[in-house]
Amino acid sequence: MAPSHTLSTIVDNRQRRVHRHRLVVALLLLLLAGVFCLTLSLGQSFTPPGDVLRVLLGEDVAGASFTVGQLRLPRALLSVLAGLSFGLGGVAFQIMLRNPLASPDIIGISSGASAAAVFAIVVLSLSGPIVSIVAVVAGLGVALLVYGLSFTNGVAGTRLILVGIGVSAMLESVIAYLLSQAPAWSLQEAMRWLTGSVNGAQLSQSLPLILGLVVFGALLLSRGRDLEALRLGDDTAAGLGVRVARTRVIVIVAAVGLIASATAVTGPIAFVAFLSGPIAARLIGSNGSLPIPSALIGATLVLVGDYAGQFLLPGRYPVGVITGALGAPYLIFLIVRVNRAGGSL
Amino acid sequence: MTADGVQSSGPGLYPGASRSGRSLWLVALIALLAILCVLSVAVGTRAVAWPDIVAALGGQVDSIGQAAVAVRIPRTLLAVLAGAALGLAGAIMQGVTRNPLADPGILGVNMGASLAVVIGVAWFNIASAQAYIWVAVLGAGASAVFVYTIGSLGRGGATPLKLALAGAATSIAFSSLVIAVVLPRSDIAGGIRSWQIGGVGGATFERIGHVLPFLAVGFAISLLSARKLNSLALGDDLAAGLGERVAVARAVAALGAILLAGATTAICGPIGFVGLVVPHFCRLLAGVDHRWLLPFSALGGACLLTAADVLGRVIARPGELDVGIVTALVGAPFFIWIVRHQRVRDL
Repeated sequence: MAPSHTLSTIVDNRQRRVHRHRLVVALLLLLLAGVFCLTLSLGQSFTPPGDVLRVLLGEDVAGASFTVGQLRLPRALLSVLAGLSFGLGGVAFQIMLRNPLASPDIIGISSGASAAAVFAIVVLSLSGPIVSIVAVVAGLGVALLVYGLSFTNGVAGTRLILVGIGVSAMLESVIAYLLSQAPAWSLQEAMRWLTGSVNGAQLSQSLPLILGLVVFGALLLSRGRDLEALRLGDDTAAGLGVRVARTRVIVIVAAVGLIASATAVTGPIAFVAFLSGPIAARLIGSNGSLPIPSALIGATLVLVGDYAGQFLLPGRYPVGVITGALGAPYLIFLIVRVNRAGGSL
Repeated sequence: MTADGVQSSGPGLYPGASRSGRSLWLVALIALLAILCVLSVAVGTRAVAWPDIVAALGGQVDSIGQAAVAVRIPRTLLAVLAGAALGLAGAIMQGVTRNPLADPGILGVNMGASLAVVIGVAWFNIASAQAYIWVAVLGAGASAVFVYTIGSLGRGGATPLKLALAGAATSIAFSSLVIAVVLPRSDIAGGIRSWQIGGVGGATFERIGHVLPFLAVGFAISLLSARKLNSLALGDDLAAGLGERVAVARAVAALGAILLAGATTAICGPIGFVGLVVPHFCRLLAGVDHRWLLPFSALGGACLLTAADVLGRVIARPGELDVGIVTALVGAPFFIWIVRHQRVRDL
């Protein structure tokens, strides 16, 4: 084969990949926007899209202003923001540790943030953005702990995941303990901190989430190229000129920040961080860049999950229960596939 | 040598105690259990004076204090039975799988039993206590087979870390499904938390009576398989060479453990980590001979669960903490410690 021919094949492939990536991202954006509009106009009752638009533009529409403006919009907005954060933060961990099981909701980072949020609310009687800060700090602490504990002659993937599962079991006990100490123990609140929920969403709650997405999301995406290189393995990445240790620290801080700031508001919405990355990988193909599609998928998952939990099923479920029931079989499927393949994920 | 868990950490790490030393420890454990039982009856949310406690033990329930103690008696009995069952089940599972990380909680067996009961109650209207227990045992068995199958897929068979990962992941997945099944059914006894985190509160002699036959059979099968587990510990080839039917021995011992874990979960909910911590600790006292290790583990489990229950009542006053929470707080660090000291290759 002539060299020029090989080169043209590579260029060709690369172009095709970029093309596919753009197409998938565009389709996902379209899907997200579509679902977003749908959840705004369709609920217990139907609101015509025209009315929805007028409410969004700030007009006072009889009958629609309350349902759309006060109930549906905050809920949908919070779902999207939390989903984006979970999807982005989750896939960053999965890429960095080269293992889909290493997602923050499995290795204890989400439960750490959740425990800290419950502690801040129940014991310290805090509320608002300060809860998010406490959650972020605690999330970082847990990440450091899990990472440190699994460090014996280099971090081994399986050991890190098992250590994380152990830490997670402890933190969940702490959450259960704190909830039992709470003066007004309601199932609603308990479910939020155990599986995640966007019930009772308010527009003001989205502020810390937006802040988290802007700061940590930008930080993470600015390292996108280095993160891609880490997928090839630490040595190869170092050979490509990536400062591995520094990239890792930045990625951990950014991803934990995303996860924790979302968890502080909605609770650890089960398995969204875990599911988004692998779904994105399926859609994009093995070589494309995952963070943005994964964030979009996370947002769609939370939005659809919350809608299904509210209206499509008999009885009302918080969104975490829906995503949890979806994620559970996939988790088992993943373990089967990993074991069968005998290694890499 | 290193990857084989119990084997590798065998004689070197756990010096077989001398016969008299073991007997001494056995007596000490029994004494400890007796003390813990007294504590469990005497200590609780309400402080009760000794005369009242003695009167209540005699069957008197005239004052509030005496009534409180009367509730604590079956609760203590359940803690002892459940702890013994879980400790023993853990020791058996570690022996059968030759995996230091085996425990009915970690391997997903307890959560499987929990899920089976919840599904039975919510979808098939199971009501009788007997049916509860049968369903739980079936669920425990099915999830044990399931986890072992997943854990042994692929290269290298069921290595300790692979098995633990398969079990832990299954446990997480089942726990999610338990919430999804229970949430719309506010009528299910005890609500969601009791099917996710086990406890021994709300014990009655009647409920204990229902589960007793299952536990008795489980204890009998388990204790009788001690000799077989000793052969299995030598490795499958050597055990077969000694004339042991390896697969049968494994299956019978596992059946005992599943009966114990399933029946316990049916009345207490899933309690984790007891079966992990206790056998390791008991190996230090009793050595690796299963004829000693199994009774030690049962006693140790009973001590641990009773102590955890008393602790849960003391630290969360005026409320109380389910034992499942306490055992997780005590057991998870131990789990992490073992994972860290497993010198095994990555998957």
